[in-house]
Amino acid sequence: MSTVTNPPTSAASPPPPPSKTAGGRRTARARPPRRAGAVSDSFFNGFSHLFLLIWGAMVVLPLLWVVMSSFKDDAQIIREPLSLIPDQLHWENFARAWVDGGIGDFFVNTILIVGGGVFLTMLLGSMAAYVLARYEFPGNRVIYYMFLSGLTLPVFMAAVPLYKGVYNTGVFIPLLGPNSHVMLILVYVAWSLAFTVFFMHSFFKTLPSTVAEAAMVDGASHSTLFFRVMLPMSKPGLISIGIFNVIGQWNQWYLPYLLMQPSGGEAKNQVIAQGLIDLSVNQGYKSDWSGLFAGVTMAMLPVLLVYIVFQRQVQSGLTGSVSK
Amino acid sequence: MQHGKARFVTGFLALPVALYVFYVVWPYAQAAGYSLTNWGGYSDTQEFVGLANYVRMFGDELIRTAFWHNVFFLVTLPLFTIALALFLAFLLNVGGRGDRAGVRGVRGSGVYKVIFFFPQVLSLVLVAIMWGAIYRGDSQGLLNGILIRIGLVDAEQPLKFVSDPTPFLGVPAVLWWLLLIAVWGGVGFYMVLFSAAMQSIPKDIFEAAMLDGASRVTSFLRITLPLLRDSISVAWVYLGFIALDMYALVFVMTPNQGGPDHASEVFASVINFTAFNKGQFGYACAIGVALAIFTLLLAAVQLRITRRERIEF
Repeated sequence: MSTVTNPPTSAASPPPPPSKTAGGRRTARARPPRRAGAVSDSFFNGFSHLFLLIWGAMVVLPLLWVVMSSFKDDAQIIREPLSLIPDQLHWENFARAWVDGGIGDFFVNTILIVGGGVFLTMLLGSMAAYVLARYEFPGNRVIYYMFLSGLTLPVFMAAVPLYKGVYNTGVFIPLLGPNSHVMLILVYVAWSLAFTVFFMHSFFKTLPSTVAEAAMVDGASHSTLFFRVMLPMSKPGLISIGIFNVIGQWNQWYLPYLLMQPSGGEAKNQVIAQGLIDLSVNQGYKSDWSGLFAGVTMAMLPVLLVYIVFQRQVQSGLTGSVSK
Repeated sequence: MQHGKARFVTGFLALPVALYVFYVVWPYAQAAGYSLTNWGGYSDTQEFVGLANYVRMFGDELIRTAFWHNVFFLVTLPLFTIALALFLAFLLNVGGRGDRAGVRGVRGSGVYKVIFFFPQVLSLVLVAIMWGAIYRGDSQGLLNGILIRIGLVDAEQPLKFVSDPTPFLGVPAVLWWLLLIAVWGGVGFYMVLFSAAMQSIPKDIFEAAMLDGASRVTSFLRITLPLLRDSISVAWVYLGFIALDMYALVFVMTPNQGGPDHASEVFASVINFTAFNKGQFGYACAIGVALAIFTLLLAAVQLRITRRERIEF
């Protein structure tokens, strides 16, 4: 740590500004040299680190505890609930949760639904946003504000009619009825559109119109222009909102809870969040804590992994969209 | 440029708008309609009852409970989250050593930002299940275990956490324990948000203040905080939305999804209970509409209060 050796002097009396440019500006140094300042500086620095470390531990330790507990057996969980180190790596917890707890099937369902949902959301969302951002036509504003209004209304207000609507549709088209993958994908897409359109709208607005004009002169059609020029140009925006949708739809729980209630008792189409809720609610009867921890770990790690790889885009995408 | 424009616009908008109208707009509109009926949900009979459902809400003990619980979160959640997030963002951005380039952030601030953000990407259900294990009401829970180990809690009488309805500061204890999770989950995101806003403030403002002899606390209170006004008001509105929800935590963590004995009931849990347990869909829709109106009013009021002349730099 080189900081230990030199800062007291350099921080206490700031070195003179580069003399050739600021020879006469002595006012800049009129600040009284403060020895105490250096001490309070490093004290403050230490205090900051201490406090940040404490909060970091409060975030990480519970997560770590869950992951570590998923490797313990139930006996150890009861005997030493606080320990972070398993006696032995009980991989069978994962196998049990995956097979008996149904997490495996739910996992596949979730991947299918989120995959289809995010792909369609991105495609339809950017199509709508593009047209709304770059074409003038009667009704443009109305449609845009219709999408925007979906951002503020609570989903619970629509819950009952949505449930009813899906059930009624299912009478005629089972594919769009309750407990079906296709239905849930479409519902996810619809509910993700508001934010996606809002986000991509502002992105398409910023693209230069000269490129579009050049492409049109070269004879490109409207849709060629969109798919070949505009979409590739908006890749950064697509990535941000894409990750946002992946995380959001992976974590979705209320819509599946509402619409994926199995009618005949079979739950094979459910998503992972539902499976975990069932596991945790059934705890009272089975108390398979290690299996629950294993399930939570398996649901948690993919999202954390996506986040750690793309953390820059996630942070800038989320903070940017909020402060807009 | 005009060639085929109308067809293109219609073609591109048809599917997204159709989906959106069918699954989002139409349910909202229907909710407003059903809220004026006595529809039970499972039968075809429904009569128009006008505003009776809305009138009924004022006399409903459960709604009143849920309302005050939501108000509790509405006040405490933004307050605690924003204060803590601001404090952490402050440490992160000016907590480092000062030198000739001015005060700077602590070393490793990037790592802190990544870690603090973790809860934000995890689903509320996962967070709730995890905290369910932490809050276990016997000595095997993480928190009880720690508290017993350090002697703060009697091993014979572990804390009950989310199944504890005894009031603390006038509010059922369970709500405080839920609040703790919500704050834990939210702080990281708002810290990153405030951090980004702080970094967009031009450095020379701080340098000028330093030359004038301002300490970092002074420059935080006099410069940073006022310039963060926009971000803080946005955070306030967003946390307001979250405070009106809180359903995932209640649903997964509390006994009977709103218990014990309705001690943790919120608007959303009442809607679910009324519609699917009591079979009163019309009334549930009315509660939903009331919640929506309340949400929009709140957002309008908050934006109104915090609106001010925008500072450009």
